[in-house]
Amino acid sequence: MKIPLSWLNDYVEVADLDIGELRQRLDLAGLEVGSIEAIGYPGAELPWDPERVMTAAVLAVRPHPNADRLVLVEVDYGGAEHEIAVTGAPSLYARKGQTDLNLKVAFAWEGAELYDGHAEGFIKARLKKTQIRGEPSRAMVCSEKELGLSEASGDIIYLPDDTPVGVPLVKILGDYVIDFEIKGPFGHLQSVFGIARELSALYGRPLKRDPLATAEALGLRVVSQGDAFEGTGFVDLAIADAKLCSRYTATMIRNVEIKPSPLWMQMRLQRVGVRPINNIVDITNYVMMELGQPLHAFDYAEVRPRPGTAQPTIVVRPAAAGEQMATLDGELRTFDDQMLLITDGQGAVGVAGVMGGLDSEIGDDTRDVLLEAANFNFLNIRRTGQKLKLTTEASTRFGKRVDPELTLPAAARAAELMRDLANATIDPVVLDLYPGKPEKRTIVYDPALANRLLGMEIPRAEQMRILRALAFDVADTGTEWTVTVPSYRLDVGLPVDLVEEVARVWGYDRFPETLIDEELPPLRRNHALEAEEHLRDLLVGLGLDEVISYSLIDPQEEGRLQSEPGVPLSLPGACVVLQNPLAPERSLMRRTLLSGALRTAWANLRYLDRVAIFEIGRIHYHVSAPDAATGETGVAEPRHLSMLMTGVRNPTWWQGGAATAEKLDYFDLKGVVDALLERLGLTAKVQWARPAVGQCHPSFHPGRCALVSVGDRALGVLGELHPRVREAYDLPEQPVLALEWDLEALLEAADLADAEKRIGWLSPHAPVHEDLALVVDEALPAVTVKRTIENAGRPLVTEVVLFDVYRGEQAGPGKKSLAFALSYQAPDRSLSDRDIEKLRGRIIKTVEKELGAKLRGG
Amino acid sequence: MGSFDELEQIREQALVDLTGASTTAALEAWEDRYLGRKGEITLRARTVGQLPQENRPAFGQRVNEIKRLLVQAYEARAEEISHAELETRLATEAIDVTLPGRPVTPGHLHLTTQALRELYAIFGKMGFEVYEAPDVELEAYNFDLLNIPEYHPARDMWDTFWVKETGEGPSNRRLLRTHTSPGQIRAMRERCPEPIRVILPGKCYRYEQITVRAEHQFYQLEGLAVGRGITMTDLIGTIAQFARMFYGPDRTVRVRGSYFPFTEPSVEVDTECILCGGKGCPVCKYTGWLEVAGAGMVHPVVLENGGYDPETWSGFAFGFGVERPSMMKYNVQDIRWFYGNDLRFLRRF
Ligand SMILES: [Zn+2]
Repeated sequence: MKIPLSWLNDYVEVADLDIGELRQRLDLAGLEVGSIEAIGYPGAELPWDPERVMTAAVLAVRPHPNADRLVLVEVDYGGAEHEIAVTGAPSLYARKGQTDLNLKVAFAWEGAELYDGHAEGFIKARLKKTQIRGEPSRAMVCSEKELGLSEASGDIIYLPDDTPVGVPLVKILGDYVIDFEIKGPFGHLQSVFGIARELSALYGRPLKRDPLATAEALGLRVVSQGDAFEGTGFVDLAIADAKLCSRYTATMIRNVEIKPSPLWMQMRLQRVGVRPINNIVDITNYVMMELGQPLHAFDYAEVRPRPGTAQPTIVVRPAAAGEQMATLDGELRTFDDQMLLITDGQGAVGVAGVMGGLDSEIGDDTRDVLLEAANFNFLNIRRTGQKLKLTTEASTRFGKRVDPELTLPAAARAAELMRDLANATIDPVVLDLYPGKPEKRTIVYDPALANRLLGMEIPRAEQMRILRALAFDVADTGTEWTVTVPSYRLDVGLPVDLVEEVARVWGYDRFPETLIDEELPPLRRNHALEAEEHLRDLLVGLGLDEVISYSLIDPQEEGRLQSEPGVPLSLPGACVVLQNPLAPERSLMRRTLLSGALRTAWANLRYLDRVAIFEIGRIHYHVSAPDAATGETGVAEPRHLSMLMTGVRNPTWWQGGAATAEKLDYFDLKGVVDALLERLGLTAKVQWARPAVGQCHPSFHPGRCALVSVGDRALGVLGELHPRVREAYDLPEQPVLALEWDLEALLEAADLADAEKRIGWLSPHAPVHEDLALVVDEALPAVTVKRTIENAGRPLVTEVVLFDVYRGEQAGPGKKSLAFALSYQAPDRSLSDRDIEKLRGRIIKTVEKELGAKLRGG
Repeated sequence: MGSFDELEQIREQALVDLTGASTTAALEAWEDRYLGRKGEITLRARTVGQLPQENRPAFGQRVNEIKRLLVQAYEARAEEISHAELETRLATEAIDVTLPGRPVTPGHLHLTTQALRELYAIFGKMGFEVYEAPDVELEAYNFDLLNIPEYHPARDMWDTFWVKETGEGPSNRRLLRTHTSPGQIRAMRERCPEPIRVILPGKCYRYEQITVRAEHQFYQLEGLAVGRGITMTDLIGTIAQFARMFYGPDRTVRVRGSYFPFTEPSVEVDTECILCGGKGCPVCKYTGWLEVAGAGMVHPVVLENGGYDPETWSGFAFGFGVERPSMMKYNVQDIRWFYGNDLRFLRRF
């Protein structure tokens, strides 16, 4: 909301304040200022030099001796002598030969910086002494464009006739336009007057004008109800539902002369961002900006009577479901039965508080104006606006709650302006239906509450002063006060609201800092988060980059992860789908982290030759019905872990040689996972399963994929991506290794492993090393052989490391040879040859019996 | 008595020869020639028996003296030679120490994780525990219980993603949380009647066109303190303390009035612009101030909805975006780099 300082100054004296100080004060009081645009003043796009750009009067227009299209004007700029300037302005040209003029203009001397009126766009130029067609020229009369006021460069700007001559122009037309960004639904702060009222309280300066007194000043007779209503001559008025329309004030303005509004009004409207149209429309907008009451002007001739009667009628009523009307913007609208309409004797003429109808619009031939100033239920207006997808200046204002007391003063103010600016006459009777007049609101307020909540003492007298300055009526009834809320403070209803008023006017800059001096809550650790953060550190330490992807994904992602169209991913629950997505690509909540990992890989491989990433994040799926009573959302959001590696294994290095060409493969990811499991104490606890035929995760290579679990809890999958999925994500032809695990299961297992961990002994004796090569079936997993050896050799076998896998003649068909390096160690002694022999014998016997293994070469 | 003379000549010659031996091999040859089993000195020693009786002791003694002397000279020379040889070897072994080392690929924590950890650490010092709440929220928790009823104009402050529902009543509508504030209700309902001091981090979502400054997904951090005597000055002190720990010890902060439906009074806390130091620049819109957090005293309706009696309890709450401070600190031009996961960006941190 933009408001010119000059307009505020009509209501409260602020012109003398430093603009920066004013801004600070407004900000601190919660009236946030987004920006301030200076016009003419220092800091403006085009500051007007007070010495060189000033007001002046054109006294005479004479022909230019050498140019047909130019004239010479005699200008009084307040100096000792008059100045002669050359101009081609059409309106002055039209007065060629007139010598009894007194036209007030903006006048610039040589050296002044202005915009070039003849160039495209806004280009600054310094006015120079020159000759125009042989006539000397060192000054000029200015257009709006040359002053930077608008784009209009066709003619010069005229100032009001009573403008003094020889005054710096900045004093007359200069201004600051303050753009407020006030948070919150505050109807009372949506107008010049509303802000002026705040400034009056903040600075302790009286209001210069009371717009609420206009009706009285005009001597209008307000007729509210009863007999007097009949035969008032211009309209029959009725409100069907006082809850939806608390007040309707109708004013008649007769014989309006439709024309452009005066410069000052146009300029103010432009500065607040409203395009001037004609005087009647401009006045309704002007009063809305000034007082915050939306108005609507009907062409009285278009307001129809009920069939069979003569008197035009206005009825405010809810629409019949399905009722239709074309709004001002030309759209045919269909209403439901909760939407409120303004109707005349024959049908809808407007959507209450939102937009008028097309047919009763003010036109150039309008003679009499029926002015509506009404108040509507703010929630209903907002609902209507949202349902119709129609937002207007009026609906926005009503939606933030407008004081019902405002209708009459606003109508009177508009009528006054129409009288003055459109040569109209005001009908002395104003019809004012006010069935929803609110009760006076009072709050019992104990000033000690402010001290309890604010943590500092603001004296009672100060609190009283502040509340009264804000027009609260405070009755000092002892410890507790009875505070009557002004009608327009619809945001204030609780004692704590008064605390805020006191605090913000007192000034937060005067508050001291304290730290909580209170009983500490029971201290708890967030173990789940700590474990998650620990895992992040481990994975970063293992060389992976952390990513955080979008939780909202494309519904096609889940399909893209399938290697066979008929084999869906087995994802948990039902998908959480958005009702109003921004775009189809962001329309559902992910149930897997894999798609995000693959997208990230794809995006990064455009620039990088290696991607090694992990993500820890939530997946989401429906599990049950929501329940607002218990707070159950019905959506499960477990944490998952994903990893992805692809690209070159070894970065380019000057001794890299052939290794530089190697690509990451399954065993790179497996190596990271092995290291991770080791750090989590899970190496010996996880089960590795190669999926049975047809049981593989559909995104993975069926022969290069492992299903991992701990105890009876599945952790998830890891492996090389299925080539078809790799292609679906447009990834290059190289192994893409990926993993997705249930983080909750992993961390629980790690916790349990930690709880069970016991360190028995560390032997001071040197270990004995021995190699053991075993020939086993090709299908037997290496991990099974390793664990069988460990179990058989317990507790003296301290390490079993696989160092060679051999397939070939010596192993035999369908067989492989696994070579392990074993370490033997006892806590209390050096092992003897006999000990070793016994151990070896036990191990070999066990692997032969349990796995059908044969000692190679044995 | 030529033998004595001869002995001295040998000694002199040996010392001259020793000086000439400059390699380990030459030194070994020298040792062989003079001190070896058939070396000059050894041979002379054996001739002692051929000498007259009275000369024998003196001769023997002299032979031993010379032998000892030569052994000493030999050892000194050996030390010199081995030293010189090592020097030579080391000189040939020199490398260009500026060549790149064998590559180790380090991983990186996401910038948001780093920012969150910093916040956890700072607020942890002040006794705030991390409390997490769901991403998919009930409308009641995200809005109604926070004093934002349906159609209320305050709802305009949040553009909301709604979850497609099938067949449930309107009281159970769900959405993607637009802020971390619903966690306030969850924390209060879980902890009531204990005092509370928690921070609530999390992903939030807004129905907003995506631009370099706006994302539909971002992180927020909320803080909540509830107790029997929590005050506005406590709030100001806590946030000022945070701002000084986070932005630097010399930062001044200012507090100004604001509006949030779930706090009353509501304030906003600013700190001197970190880029221009308060002089005014495009980032702070020439005000010299940057917004640190929106905050306020927990609205009595919200306290009550959380189970706390506003007559005896009070609380403060604050909240802010997690990405913005990092964006300012590191001059990050485009917020989409965060969750678009451009590794060239993430690897810089
Ligand atoms: Zn700045």
